[in-house]
Amino acid sequence: MLGYFRKLGASTMHSLSVLGRSGLFLWNSLVGIPDLRNGMPLLIKQLYSVGVLSLVIIVVSGLFIGMVLGLQGYNILVDYGSEQAIGQMVALTLVRELGPVVTGLLFAGRAGSALTAEIGLMKATEQLSSMEMMGVDPLRRIIAPRLWAGFISMPILAIIFSAVGIWGGMLVGVDWLGVYEGSFWANMQSSVSFEKDILNGIIKSLVFGFVCTWIAVFQGYDSTPTSEGISIATTKTVVYSSLAVLGLDFVLTAVMFAAF
Amino acid sequence: MASDNSISNNSTSNNYVEIRGMSFSRGDRLIFNDIDVDIPRGKVTSIMGPSGTGKTTLLRLIGGQLKPMNGSITVDGQNISSLRRKQLYAARERMGMLFQSGALFSDINVFENVAFPLRVHTKLPEDMIRDIVLMKLQAVGLRGARDLMPSELSGGMTRRVALARTIALGPDLVLYDEPFAGQDPIAMGMLVQLIRLLNDALGMTSVLVSHDVSEALSISDHVCIIADGKIIGQGSPKYLKEQGTPLVKQFLQGLPDGPVPFHYPATDYKTDLLTGN
Repeated sequence: MLGYFRKLGASTMHSLSVLGRSGLFLWNSLVGIPDLRNGMPLLIKQLYSVGVLSLVIIVVSGLFIGMVLGLQGYNILVDYGSEQAIGQMVALTLVRELGPVVTGLLFAGRAGSALTAEIGLMKATEQLSSMEMMGVDPLRRIIAPRLWAGFISMPILAIIFSAVGIWGGMLVGVDWLGVYEGSFWANMQSSVSFEKDILNGIIKSLVFGFVCTWIAVFQGYDSTPTSEGISIATTKTVVYSSLAVLGLDFVLTAVMFAAF
Repeated sequence: MASDNSISNNSTSNNYVEIRGMSFSRGDRLIFNDIDVDIPRGKVTSIMGPSGTGKTTLLRLIGGQLKPMNGSITVDGQNISSLRRKQLYAARERMGMLFQSGALFSDINVFENVAFPLRVHTKLPEDMIRDIVLMKLQAVGLRGARDLMPSELSGGMTRRVALARTIALGPDLVLYDEPFAGQDPIAMGMLVQLIRLLNDALGMTSVLVSHDVSEALSISDHVCIIADGKIIGQGSPKYLKEQGTPLVKQFLQGLPDGPVPFHYPATDYKTDLLTGN
C-alpha cells in the first residue's frame, strides 16, 4: 500500500516537473523583444514548412470529409423531405467541429511529428548545443519561429479545410444528388452565424494550434538524444496532441455552445 | 553588457579559466569532488583522463551549459555559473566549442555554416562576410569545399569546417571536445597542426579534451589529468612525465597495468581454478 502511494507521488512529481519545464520552455521561447531582422526570414521558412507543406493533406481530407458529410446528410435528410438543409448541416458540422478538430489531428500527425523529429535530431547531433556555445539561444532561433508558425498556420489550415469541405458537400449534394443550389447556399447563409459559429471555430483552431505546436516542439527539445528517444518523443507528440485536441474540443464546445 | 566588458577587460589574471572547489554530480554519481583547475591564458591546455571521468562534462561546465553544485568557475574574470541567461549568451560570443561530431547544421552548406555566427552576431555587409568566411575556410584548407553540404564531407573535413566556424568570430577561448577521435593519421596530423597554429596566430586560449596522449602532449603547454572525480596531476607535459604520480605515469605511458589494474577485482586465480566452481 505504501509502495503504491510512493509510486503515485513519484509519478505526480515527475508530471509536475515536466509541466513546469514545458512552461518555462514556452516562456523563454516567446517572451522577449522580437528580433524582426533575423526572425522574419526564419518565420517565413517555418510557415512554409509547417503550413504550406500541410496543405495537400488538409485539402484532400477536407474534400473527402465534406463529400461524405454531403452523402450521409442527404441519406438521412431525404427521409424527412429536408434535403434542402444539407448545406446548413455540412457547414455547421465543418465550421463548428470537424474543421478545427480534424485539422488539429492531421496537423499533429504531419507537422507535429515532423517538428519533434527535426528538433530531436538537432539535439542528438549536438546542433542545439553548438548553437548555445556560439552565443545563439536555440529557444529564440529554432523553437520560437516554429511555435509562431504553428500558431499562425493552424487557424488558416482549419479555415481552408472547412471551405474545401463545404465545396465537397456541394459537389455531392448539388451536382450529384440534385439538391437545389439556391436552397443549399441560402439555408447555409441564414443559419451559420459569423460570431457564434465561424469565430468560435477559429478560436478552437487557435487553441489546438497552440497546444499541438507546444507539445511537438517541447517533446523534441526534451527528448533523449538517441534514435529510440526521438522515436518515443515523436509517438508522444502524436498521442498527446490528439488527446489534447479531443479533450479540449469537448471543453471548448461546452463553454461556447452549451445552453446553460 | 558594459559592466560585463569592464570585468572582462579588468581581468589581469594569468589564468583565463579558474575553477575553485568545484563539485558536480549526475544523479547519485559524483563526477567532480572539490576540484581546482587553472587554464593559463594564451596557452593550449589538455584535459586528459580515463573514459567516463567527466572530461567533456568539464568543458560543458566551463561553457556554462551545466551548473556546478558547489564552487566557482571563473572565465576571463566572470563567474560563469552565476551569470544571467542574457549575460551567459553574451559571454559565449567570446568562446567557441568544437564538438566531437562537428555539429554542423545539416540543412545549410559549408559556407553558410561558417557564416552563421557572423550573420547572427554582426551587421557586416555581405561581401565582408564572404571574405571572412573564405579566409577561415582557407585557414583550414577547405576553401574549395564551400558549396558542399555537411552530408558530403568526410569526418576529418567535417571537423575542419566546424573549426572554421568555431573561430569565425575570433573567440578568446576555444574548447575542443575529442578533436582527434576517429580520425585517420593524415586528418589527425592536420588537426594537431591547426590547433597549435590557430592558438598562436589568433592569440587564443585553447582547452583540449583528448584520449590521444602523444598528439595532445605534442601541442600542449599545460596538462590536467582527471581520475575518480579528482585532479591527479596538473602542470607542463615535461613535469608530469618526470614528476607525476604512478597513476599519471601509467596514463601518459599507456601502461596496461598499474594503479589502474588490468584485472577486474576477483578472487585468487589459482583458488578459483582449483575449486572448480
